[in-house]
Amino acid sequence: MSNFFNKSDLTRQDADKLVSETLNNCDDGELYLEESKSESILLDDNKIKSSNYSSDLGFGFRAISNEVVAYSYSNEISKDSLKNSSENLKSTLKSIKGTYNHEIPKSNKKFYKDVNPIEQKTLDSKLEVLNKVNEFLRKKDESVKQVTASFAGEQKSIEIIRSGGESLTDIRPLIRFNVSVMLEKNGRKETGVYGIGGRQSYDDYLKNDNWKNVCEEAFRIASVNLESKPAPAGEMKVVLGPGWPAILIHEAIGHGLEGDFNRKKTSAFHNLMGEKVASEGVTIVDDGTIDNRRGSLTIDDEGTPTERTVLIENGILKNFMQDRHNARLMNTRSTGSGRRENYRHIVLPRMRNTMMLSGNQTQDEMIKSVDKGIFAVSFGGGQVDITSGKFVFNCTEAYEINNGQIGSPIKGATLIGDGPSILKEVSMVGNDMMLDPGIGTCGKAGQGVPVGVAQPSILIDKMTVGGTKL
Amino acid sequence: MVKDQEFLKLKASYCLDLAKKMGATDASVTVGHSISETVNFRNKSLEASDRSDGLALSIETYLGKRRSSISSSNLLDENIKTLIEKCFETTKITPEDEFNSLPDKNLLAKQISNLNLYDETRFENDKKIKYLKDLEEAASSDNQIINTESSFTENKSNFILANSDGFCDGYKTSSFTTSCVTVAKDENSMERDYEFSSKRHLSDIKQASDLGNKAAEQTIRKLSPNKIGSDKISIIFDKRISKGMLSVFASAISASAIARGTSFLKDKIDQQVFANSINVIDKPDRIKGMGSQNFDSEGVNSNTLRLIENGILKNYLVDTYNGKKLNLQSNGRSGGTTNLYFENGNISYEDLLKKNSKSLYITETIGHGSNLVTGDYSVGATGFLVEDGEFKYPVNEITIAGNFKDMFKNITLANDLEFEYSVNSPTMMIEGMTVAGK
Repeated sequence: MSNFFNKSDLTRQDADKLVSETLNNCDDGELYLEESKSESILLDDNKIKSSNYSSDLGFGFRAISNEVVAYSYSNEISKDSLKNSSENLKSTLKSIKGTYNHEIPKSNKKFYKDVNPIEQKTLDSKLEVLNKVNEFLRKKDESVKQVTASFAGEQKSIEIIRSGGESLTDIRPLIRFNVSVMLEKNGRKETGVYGIGGRQSYDDYLKNDNWKNVCEEAFRIASVNLESKPAPAGEMKVVLGPGWPAILIHEAIGHGLEGDFNRKKTSAFHNLMGEKVASEGVTIVDDGTIDNRRGSLTIDDEGTPTERTVLIENGILKNFMQDRHNARLMNTRSTGSGRRENYRHIVLPRMRNTMMLSGNQTQDEMIKSVDKGIFAVSFGGGQVDITSGKFVFNCTEAYEINNGQIGSPIKGATLIGDGPSILKEVSMVGNDMMLDPGIGTCGKAGQGVPVGVAQPSILIDKMTVGGTKL
Repeated sequence: MVKDQEFLKLKASYCLDLAKKMGATDASVTVGHSISETVNFRNKSLEASDRSDGLALSIETYLGKRRSSISSSNLLDENIKTLIEKCFETTKITPEDEFNSLPDKNLLAKQISNLNLYDETRFENDKKIKYLKDLEEAASSDNQIINTESSFTENKSNFILANSDGFCDGYKTSSFTTSCVTVAKDENSMERDYEFSSKRHLSDIKQASDLGNKAAEQTIRKLSPNKIGSDKISIIFDKRISKGMLSVFASAISASAIARGTSFLKDKIDQQVFANSINVIDKPDRIKGMGSQNFDSEGVNSNTLRLIENGILKNYLVDTYNGKKLNLQSNGRSGGTTNLYFENGNISYEDLLKKNSKSLYITETIGHGSNLVTGDYSVGATGFLVEDGEFKYPVNEITIAGNFKDMFKNITLANDLEFEYSVNSPTMMIEGMTVAGK
């Protein structure tokens, strides 16, 4: 555990005292201390292109009264700096008085170990894996023209000090291993990307030469795309494969169910609580408690233990995701969804691992039922307009379906749909729920946080496919 | 107060000395300090205030052709020492790369001209609050507006870039940014839109009420949208979207994408890539420019570049490393473009709208649908159907798709260029793209 108080003139007693004094007349708030160590190593174009190590230390001091949030951060942990922040918060909230809520739930459960992935594997052996990846792919086929492979590792230690001196801590490891390959054949170029990761050491993901599987998958996706034809344009049936395509749920439904947008009534879902928003058989949860997953957290960034929050149960909207601030204003409890990218940012209600649970149909049945449509297996990124509810995501591997048969691969196309109505178009839910490989980062208000998604295969009766072929 | 040049120079030279002492053959360091204050409003009352005060340090150490880097926000001498040790240890075991080096000495910037990028005016939070009150008052005057959110951010920054070849320079910059997001509702739909203004000097920021009115007007006109059928139709990109085409172009001509072979514009120097009426310019020395710079992130002097002349590609954006790889001299674009713009076309905005009997006018796109390797483009879009030069009705839940190679050759620009941001474009029409809808 980082000791934030042995590096400067600031003692824990000073900090406790200043926190209590500052937050006494506020509804909520805390001092958030953070130390992170991170590395990124990149092989590109046959060479180790960069090797970067970074260390970051700082605090964010937050005071909330009524609807007003005052925030101040600095990367200098010292008596003076904390005092300055305290004065800054007090001056913003000078005319608004609150009553501090000391209650915060407790749990002993931990969802990952206190490891430092950076130190658990030597730099030499990381470089060796990257070089092997490069050699393996370039030898594999003469169409391979470019290989990029990278490691990213991090250990983040946090401490939350609340008014009254209560302290909550967490140590969070996170790694990601990524391979991208570009092929060129008959004058066409296509890329394939694949990655894995989570909250364990590198070697937990790389044992048994697992890096080879990552290479094979990236190569397979690029090869498929070399054969791709222009995608169709217009409304049609769409079968989504299991796992990563669940970013559809993340974009279409997830963001619209975050507490802040619903408190402000700017989400297309704000007046739909208890209503049917999805077909029967559709159940969606947001779960921070799955061991070692990228989106899992032992406690959130306000100190609340995370949980498995049921968002939609059998088609009915059950819960929003809440941090303490929005929960208080909406008269409900935090779901342990308060997150921030780092100490430079304020807490927002965010997703963790968002999952659609299995039904009982097979992917085969879905494909057989489609006369004309597309089968989407993998996606790049997605985005949503919370207010209008419209969302998009980009296929990176997709095929046409003709008369119940999978046909040619099609070029990357954007799919667009309407969040509040898309899940009513789900007519089959598969029995093959799968978690994504551990690569997701969600962006909101300029803050990126690691997330996970999961889903079974699903059939959507109507979606607009943004190809070029009319 | 933002830290002065002296303080930053002291830190920078401490780092360089230490790296040299440990045995580094070369080193470069950037030290920066930045203070920001933001006030957020929602529905005409204070919602949040946010103050940030951050130091940042990044160091690269070289041992011959070996290189690695570290970055940190902790500038205590003791921490810097530990980090540089770690950095140099990593450098020793990182493989050699023949193209690794500091920039050529004769390319380094020698004179720093005053581009007027710093306004020392303090805009106290009370004044920000007054500004946002006026802004939201204007934004919410129509009763179809059901939510307003706005913010005002004041930033002051200073930095020093130094390297072991003796380069050591930096300067202060400031920015004032205000934005407003409004939500409008009618019986059929709920829509969101925005307006913002970002300037180096406080006195250049738009009037609060103008900004609020504009945001509201842009939101209300989107209410009760229709979906249209799939079609090939001429597309007009509003200025705030057309400048995105320039950003794609800039990524595709970065020396790194060219050297790696992952750009659809590789090997296209001296070839026609845009319609022959098109000129693209990158100008670093614009007074008060949002993208202006005296030198790039390696200290290399940067001059105005004509990237596209009469539709022909004339230059890549070259940094030291990729330049050496491509056998080109750095043109001071490590870190990308500066103030990038399309020169005006020769048709008015009104005439552009009338050019075809039916067009689709796009005001927003969503998704990350630009593939720089193949040039394929497909994004979600929102906008208006235009018939005979008149806005008929709002359109949403559609996609637009094409390939940049074709799109660039079919661009017609209006003559309404304004220098608002670091990337600027007139209103743009592209023919031959596919719209997917119903």
